[in-house]
Amino acid sequence: MDFSIILNEYPFYLEGLWTTTWLVAASLLIGLVIAIPAGILRSHSNWFIKGPVWAYMYFFRGSPLLVQLFLIYYGAAQFDSLRDSWLWYYFQEAWFCALLAFALNTGAYTAEIVRGVISTMPIGELEAAKAYGMSRWQRLRRITLPNSLRRALPAYSNEIIFMIHGSAIAGVVTIVDITGTARVVNARYYAPFEAYLAAGLLYMCLTFSVIYLFKLWEKSYQHN
Amino acid sequence: MFSLYGYQDIFLEGAWLTLQVALLSLVLSVVLGLLAALAKLSHSTVLKSIATLYTTIIRGIPDLILMLLIFFGGQLLINDMSYNLNEWLNETLTGYYPDHEWTAYLPEYIDISPYFAGIVTIGFIFGAYMAETFRGAILSVNKGQLEAATAYGMNKYKRFSRVMFPQMMRYALPGLGNNWLVLLKTTALVSIIGLQDMVKIAGDASGSTQKPFTFYLVVALIFLFYTAVSTSALKWAERKYSIQTR
Repeated sequence: MDFSIILNEYPFYLEGLWTTTWLVAASLLIGLVIAIPAGILRSHSNWFIKGPVWAYMYFFRGSPLLVQLFLIYYGAAQFDSLRDSWLWYYFQEAWFCALLAFALNTGAYTAEIVRGVISTMPIGELEAAKAYGMSRWQRLRRITLPNSLRRALPAYSNEIIFMIHGSAIAGVVTIVDITGTARVVNARYYAPFEAYLAAGLLYMCLTFSVIYLFKLWEKSYQHN
Repeated sequence: MFSLYGYQDIFLEGAWLTLQVALLSLVLSVVLGLLAALAKLSHSTVLKSIATLYTTIIRGIPDLILMLLIFFGGQLLINDMSYNLNEWLNETLTGYYPDHEWTAYLPEYIDISPYFAGIVTIGFIFGAYMAETFRGAILSVNKGQLEAATAYGMNKYKRFSRVMFPQMMRYALPGLGNNWLVLLKTTALVSIIGLQDMVKIAGDASGSTQKPFTFYLVVALIFLFYTAVSTSALKWAERKYSIQTR
């Protein structure tokens, strides 16, 4: 085994690390924007609102992320109207398709976390807020959301880890993230063991830093 | 049956292959998970640290990287090892018998099939997650039960198979079910190392028919069907096995 290859190529790996980081961060951010309304509307009483949200969450939680990515990246080309529109400019880019697939996927999983947390909301606090004369919107903003966020933290940190790990498939659709870098390095030197081991170690660093940061955050919550 | 531009039969084969890979990896992961959970709860420091290392590494590295590492890296490693062993054997024998001719005692090239690599990798990965589930489940079983079993004179093996295992499975079922659902979706990755599962077939088919969206949608729907069936089966099992604890 020859690990000097990795030492020679480390700037390339760092670029991959950066690509993975922003891809995951952007997906998580967009996913969160999708998830909060979706998670709230999932428990809506009207079936015409609840139904589509249910279908969205069911589809993205029930099928593999890889298939969702292929559906968007390869599948988009099947529609001539899409190819002729301005949207095609984005849909022919691998990074855009990956971002879209990842964001929709993590959005669905996060919505489930949001829904779970809201449905186990302590009723007493909401009743107290009602007694204070808060409106529905005020209750949501002042009581439900902050309280839920704190309780959602452990599940959400898990979702972030899943997203970091899930993002490895971006390397399959030509994106040079950490996995993509390893694939290129392997193709260049035919050193699969070294190339993928280095990638694995980078992912491990990323994963454990996230776990560590969330532990710190959870602790600071407990002190307050 | 439905028709899919003439690909329906091969597609069903792919769907069956996906299910096979998933089920066989499940078996492997349950076995590994049980062993790792027992190791984590044992008194031996060596076993404990091996199990902890195993679960920590697996949870830190994405499944795709592990799969590529085992499929490509493992293949190279095994072949290097068998080559070196062959050389060593031959050299030693030549030392004793000078007229000994070079023979391949071990196969010169071992080809790991993607089917095998896929099952081993997925089983290996989910073994780590199963270990956590089983560890929690073992700890949930009432200690008095085990003490009673000891008092009845059961040996270690009987205590586990008659008292511990049936009870811990009840606690493990929800976590086991969740792991199965994640595992099922992970099997889509075996297409990347070249196994002709339904994702790979969808890729080949969309190349020749120019209908990628249709084919990948069918794959997604088959996965949805698998998860839907699994979810209801799990609900049924949880209801069935929770009766006695109520």
